[in-house]
Amino acid sequence: MADIIFTDQNFEEEVLKSDVPVIIDFWAPWCAPCRVVGPIVDDLAKEFSGKVKVGKMNVDENQQTAGNFGIMSIPTVLYFKKGQPVDSVVGAQSKEVIKQKMENLLQA
Amino acid sequence: MNSLLDVIIIGSGPAGLTAAIYTTRAALKTLVIAGEKWGGQLQLTSLVENFPGFPEGIEGPELMVNMRKQAEHHGAEIKEVNFTSGDFTKRPFVINAGETTYQAQAVILASGADARWLGVKGEAEKIGKGVSSCATCDSMFFRNKNVFVVGGGDSAMEEALVLAKVANSVTVIHRRDAFRASEIMQSRAKEEPKITFLFNSEIVEVKGEMRVESALVKNSQTGEVKDMPMDGIFVAIGHIPNTKNYQGIELDPEGYIKVQDHYKTNIEGVFTAGDVHDRSYRQAITAAGFGAAAALEAQRWLSTEGKVTEFKAN
Repeated sequence: MADIIFTDQNFEEEVLKSDVPVIIDFWAPWCAPCRVVGPIVDDLAKEFSGKVKVGKMNVDENQQTAGNFGIMSIPTVLYFKKGQPVDSVVGAQSKEVIKQKMENLLQA
Repeated sequence: MNSLLDVIIIGSGPAGLTAAIYTTRAALKTLVIAGEKWGGQLQLTSLVENFPGFPEGIEGPELMVNMRKQAEHHGAEIKEVNFTSGDFTKRPFVINAGETTYQAQAVILASGADARWLGVKGEAEKIGKGVSSCATCDSMFFRNKNVFVVGGGDSAMEEALVLAKVANSVTVIHRRDAFRASEIMQSRAKEEPKITFLFNSEIVEVKGEMRVESALVKNSQTGEVKDMPMDGIFVAIGHIPNTKNYQGIELDPEGYIKVQDHYKTNIEGVFTAGDVHDRSYRQAITAAGFGAAAALEAQRWLSTEGKVTEFKAN
């Protein structure tokens, strides 16, 4: 499991002020494609442990952050570097696609 | 080059996994090329109410996990790699997937179909910014907004009904003058006061800066183009069969595999099942049924060809 749960409350501390890049999986329990992306993100959390902070945000419970970043479709994965959103993946994409963007994040 | 397999199955939806259950139970050495996003379209659905055996229905992803476990239980090898190409012009058949080349005596093509997008200007960059193919996923972002649903089938009616619960207005736009949706779904949609209908019309361009702001809509009878303000566009216009790089396999003009007797392709030893050839039913249960048929025919063909020495009757 990606054990970090992002919320409207901890977003600034955990994401905006993070020293390492962050990726957030925006999801909700009633969203079927989110169940495809969820386990992929869990795997990537393990693979990139220590290098990228990987976590999830439930959009039902945290509408403010989702709204601020113009999320209009879930699953959406947002990639943050130095507190700025720099990339995104929308929809149930493959592990390859999500992982490639994480590697880009580390290189750039 | 890997060792020779009895059967390779391309696809891991209900058709592919049911085929794998049957071939492995017949003691055929079976590899499933599942794709990185394994499980097919049911992974993207919620409650499935018409698959027999589940009186209260079952969640699509849960059904697929069960099918996969059942195939693995009987010995199927399932690889979550993407199919890249297959050469069916010579035997054994050669399949490239992931980084590896495989060979098999028989192949079952069960690669299914993916949701079709409109393919108009401005659409691709607005996916996730107002353009969506999943109302159950995204309706909450359109509370008190105005949305289009594009399409005329049951899934378009379903999307419209889901959206009507939260949106301010839902306009179902269809390029023909009548829907092909079932009577029951049409009447449910027509009874919902928030839903209106726009026939003989299609979206020709999606417009907006950061997100969808409007769509150019063309009336196919008058040719008139109108810029209609809109916050969201939900696309439900059917599917495209996944039949790229099937060398030697005959396809129909729309890209579906040309099927004979419900399970044969034009190449002996290459069988097919599910939405990749089925344009009539497109159900989980028919895909599973076609998968079983294709597997049984593959088994029969392999034994008559003398390719299988060990034959286990079920």
